[in-house]
Amino acid sequence: MEHSAEKKIEQLDHLFQEGSDDLRDHIVSSIYQSTQGLTKEAVQYSPKKASWLDTNLDQILTSRMFGFPIMLAMLAVVIYLTIAGANYPGIVIAEAFARVEDGLTAVFQWVHAPDWLYGILVEGLYRGTSWVVSVMLPPMAIFFPMFALLENFGYLPRVAFNLDRFFKKSGAHGKQSLTMAMGFGCNAAAIMSTRIVESPRERMLAILTNNFVPCNGRWPLIIVLAGLFMAAGFSGGMNTFISAGVVVGIVLFGVVMTLFVSWALSKTLLRGVPSHYTLELPPYRKPKFWNTIVRATLDKSWFVLKRAVIIAAPASLITWILANIMVGDLSVLEHIAAFLDPFAHAIGLDGFILMAFILGFPANEIVLPILLMGYLATGSMIEVENLHDLKQIFLDHGWTWLTALNMMLFSLLHYPCGTTMLNIWKETKSPKWTFTAFALPTAIAIVVTFIIAQTVIALGLV
Amino acid sequence: MSHRVALAGNPNTGKSTLFNLLTGLRQHTGNWPGKTVVRAEGELRTDNHTFQIIDLPGTYSLYSNSADEEVARDYIIFEKPDITLVVVDATSLERNLNLALQVLEMTKNVIVCVNLIDEARRKGITVDKKELSRRLGVPVVLLSAREKIGVIQLMKTMDQMVDGKISTDPYLIPYEEEVEKKIEEMEPRIKEIFGDSMPSRWLALRLLDGDKNLLQALKTYIRDPQSVEIKHEPAQGGCCHGA
Repeated sequence: MEHSAEKKIEQLDHLFQEGSDDLRDHIVSSIYQSTQGLTKEAVQYSPKKASWLDTNLDQILTSRMFGFPIMLAMLAVVIYLTIAGANYPGIVIAEAFARVEDGLTAVFQWVHAPDWLYGILVEGLYRGTSWVVSVMLPPMAIFFPMFALLENFGYLPRVAFNLDRFFKKSGAHGKQSLTMAMGFGCNAAAIMSTRIVESPRERMLAILTNNFVPCNGRWPLIIVLAGLFMAAGFSGGMNTFISAGVVVGIVLFGVVMTLFVSWALSKTLLRGVPSHYTLELPPYRKPKFWNTIVRATLDKSWFVLKRAVIIAAPASLITWILANIMVGDLSVLEHIAAFLDPFAHAIGLDGFILMAFILGFPANEIVLPILLMGYLATGSMIEVENLHDLKQIFLDHGWTWLTALNMMLFSLLHYPCGTTMLNIWKETKSPKWTFTAFALPTAIAIVVTFIIAQTVIALGLV
Repeated sequence: MSHRVALAGNPNTGKSTLFNLLTGLRQHTGNWPGKTVVRAEGELRTDNHTFQIIDLPGTYSLYSNSADEEVARDYIIFEKPDITLVVVDATSLERNLNLALQVLEMTKNVIVCVNLIDEARRKGITVDKKELSRRLGVPVVLLSAREKIGVIQLMKTMDQMVDGKISTDPYLIPYEEEVEKKIEEMEPRIKEIFGDSMPSRWLALRLLDGDKNLLQALKTYIRDPQSVEIKHEPAQGGCCHGA
């Protein structure tokens, strides 16, 4: 049996020797001749109505002059609507939660429940979870459907098309603009989508730089923090406008970082010449409007929220317990935060934020919940009543706009989430590159936030 | 017994939409190339049969250019689905047939699904189903997966195919005389190695083309036919499969 297998392989090798180098062109041209003949017989074109959209829209959306401004404007509008729209439902949801909490409190008093039980269940579990839902659900429920509509319409490939030449200039593959666009949804899925990049060198570039664009798990954090802190001096519509501008800036920064790191890598660790590639633009298609909205809202918002709550619920329990076990003068939680504090302050964050990022390694959507749990468990236990309280929680813990900015940047730049790391391992099967994918973004996140924090403090801006 | 049906096609031809329609699943779809790179699986029950539908990555060809093309090719060659549905875009049939012809070289049990016919109609493009089917030598179904047009016809054709009621005679791409001679000479030698388990004409061409990755895969297959099948286990997607 073994013998016959080896013999077969030998025969196969002999057959392989017959190959010639110049055959590919002939094969390809034979196929083209065939397809040409077939379509000539089976397809009829009547010269009527080419779609106006297809013929004209691309000239504008992908033009050198308007392509970029339109792209940034679209993003700004989507974010603006998200921030402006998320405020009101957030308040409504928070009020509903507060009312239920009053009811729960009454029940606990009525049965004479012990204080610790009330603490764990209501102040820890319930309050923590309700914060997460009221903070994260509204922006997601507005942002995801709008994004999905643009995607189904066919705008995302135009974004990729606009960025294509920058990727080529940075020594990467044009298709990396597509995998990057995918990363705006989910970095873990985008890592798999790098399979469309043929050359291993360029594929590695796409893998290593993918996490520099915010995914579904990080959008809510960035949008919420920008909305709360980034336009403090302004009011009303102007406030929202500036917040949206900051989010656009953050995204832009991520894209620039992607290009910069790709360029730096292709000059050092991953040297090479980009292979030739022409990006194909699919036709515009009218999205199935309601279908898209319902799917995006239900599937995505629900998915992200479910993950956040499933982990946030036990996390709130644990953080509540940790916050109430005292060692010396401080709780266990405060000891951990205090340990991380010096380093965290150097990069403009605090111990709790850094702890949230570390514990949030499995999934980015739980970073904000864990942070809230940590703060709620230590500071004044604020009942969820409206979203301005949220800002108060942060302010009570010494936040400034610098803290918010650096947390957004750290979130944007730091190591990929657990699922993404797992996929990077599966796709590269290389300990070295998997480690690089972890260490490189983390180092960049630390350096960038450190420089910003030190500069701002030195200039006395906070 | 459930029959395995592979969905192949160019990127962005509505493969995933068709997959969702057939299986009732909600695999994420989007209007851009490269959406599906991992294969997804789901079940379809028709009047007479149960089908296991496998959504392969969308690719322009089935040579060993990139990892996703290899996934699609390996599935068709080594796991031998009972039916391969090739989804083609009615609005750019010529370019899409490229892949269809490559699949026809690999397997006989093919149904060509001309998708997006509603869009084609709006653009003034008419596809002659009978003529196309006659020339390709396999059944052709006109579809609009988005508007749910033509699906019943497709399911009927699938039923008939597994019942053995359809005989196919796939179109063969004619090559230059010299190449054809070589193929003819190689085919019996290939049959000696693989019997009838591999499409010998296609294999001869791939070997002539010097496809090293395929050669490796074939060697693995000879040593242990089971091993190739599990090579491409679907890796885990994170949050809702992307954008």
